Amino acid sequence: MNGLSIILVIIVAFFAGMEGILDEWQFHQPIVACTLIGLVTGNLEAGIILGGTLQLMAMGWANIGAAVAPDAALASVASAIILVKGGQGVAGVSTAIAVAIPLAVAGLFLTMICRTLAVGFVHAMDTAAKNAEFGKIEALQIGAICMQGLRIAIPAAAMCFVPAEAVSAALNSMPAWLTDGMSIGGGMVVAVGYAMVINMMANKEVWPFLFIGFAVAAISDLTLIALGILGVSMAFIYLNLAEQGGSGGSGGSGDPLGDILNDY
Amino acid sequence: MAEKIALSKNDRFSVCWRSTFLQGSWNYERMQNGGYVYAMIPAIKKLYKNKEDQVAALQRHLEFFNTQPFVASPIIGVNLALEEERANGATVEDEAIQGVKVGMMGPLAGVGDPVFWFTVRPILGALGAGLALSGNLLGPILFFVLFNAIRFGFMWYTQEFGYTAGTAITKDLSGGLLQKITKGASILGMFVLGSLIQRWVSINFVPVVSTITNAEGSYIDWEALGDMAQSGNFGQAMHDAIAQANSGMYMDPTRVTTLQDNLNSLVPGLMPLLLTFLCMWLLKKKVSPIAIILSLFVVGIIGHLIGLL
Repeated sequence: MNGLSIILVIIVAFFAGMEGILDEWQFHQPIVACTLIGLVTGNLEAGIILGGTLQLMAMGWANIGAAVAPDAALASVASAIILVKGGQGVAGVSTAIAVAIPLAVAGLFLTMICRTLAVGFVHAMDTAAKNAEFGKIEALQIGAICMQGLRIAIPAAAMCFVPAEAVSAALNSMPAWLTDGMSIGGGMVVAVGYAMVINMMANKEVWPFLFIGFAVAAISDLTLIALGILGVSMAFIYLNLAEQGGSGGSGGSGDPLGDILNDY
Repeated sequence: MAEKIALSKNDRFSVCWRSTFLQGSWNYERMQNGGYVYAMIPAIKKLYKNKEDQVAALQRHLEFFNTQPFVASPIIGVNLALEEERANGATVEDEAIQGVKVGMMGPLAGVGDPVFWFTVRPILGALGAGLALSGNLLGPILFFVLFNAIRFGFMWYTQEFGYTAGTAITKDLSGGLLQKITKGASILGMFVLGSLIQRWVSINFVPVVSTITNAEGSYIDWEALGDMAQSGNFGQAMHDAIAQANSGMYMDPTRVTTLQDNLNSLVPGLMPLLLTFLCMWLLKKKVSPIAIILSLFVVGIIGHLIGLL
């Protein structure tokens, strides 16, 4: 990597780190972060493929309430840097992914540290609020965001300066049984993300739709878009039918007045 | 009576833009409070001119707050309406403002988490990833553009809705609309998840169950075709090979059935489905996702070493 690439990688890493906490623009999602790192280092195709593969694994990683999910930002940024430095192009994707998982855990601890340090920032805001110092509050908020950016940018910068030979030597020294086994494991790991999402959404009413989706997807001619259309249509049909048939029941609509009118 | 101080569309847009940074100072003490006050600053500056009121308003919005970041927008909208009333002399208690925030953040997070984190993002992510796996740049672009268009559209319009509806929105929460959206989103989500399990979770059992010798004449006689090609009739040999393959003849004298072939003829994707159920059960038993992920890698390596996977 030349100097310019390194600077751009660090900038991408900074954005990914910010987004890891903000969760708005989704720069930290693998499909975006890996693609950007691929782009600025001239490995666009490998970056996109790595991003797509990691994205499927990170499907259910979401910050819910105060819980912290495995860190997609560090996982995507660091594994993309390793992919680039390994110099194997698309062939290096499966090894880069194997490295991504332990990194997601490491990132999780870094996030928790930053979220604890942020307590100090809001205490300073309290003090500033007493004197109506708007600018100071704004600066503190931006400072806290930058801290989250550095959380990823600093490790990324460090990884850029580890010599490429060391990275590729480490990757080449991995025996075939290990990398093959890792990619087999990678094929199964996706299930964990799905399981997290299902646990969150499942109830008696919507379970059948999972099985319908499962059965229909075996028809390999259907694209994901076609499946999406089927899903949306079914949701609408179900909601309409539930409205027509269900509102006469024991107040299922949650609208007492409406129920009285319906019963009338 | 003095002229009413009102928040202009510009003020409201500036609040909405700032709410993009809601989680920036997320902390274990009061969570999104720093981001909330940061978003409210343009409104506070506009509405309150003397320092005492400003201090009170800043402190009011530094209280505990936490919800899904996009559904904070309708709450901010309602808050803007309440603050505007207050600045114009109406008696809006601190408790009312805090009550709206705390009362709405729970139910709205209950809608926002499944809709955005478990439906919109996974579906767009899968759509983008599907394209990205073949190295198509459209995958990441599609994900990024669609997600942010939906996100910012949602934030702006729900904030405006909250602003116009004012306190009425709190009453609407018990109404049917939000419940319908949540239910519809989970139907779509479950359907797509079912199909993703089928498509993307891969388990392949390689052990050979049976090796059957095919009957004479039911498989392609490569030697004869090879002789034909040697004798210069290469085109004819190719033609015959393809014709025979298309007519359903076997490629080899023996045919191998792996464990996976047997499972596929039963139900394709059965093992991925069972694996997903196992993961769900483990997660419910409070096993950490990271532990499950790492052990799946171990299973993959060991399974490969003993020749099962």
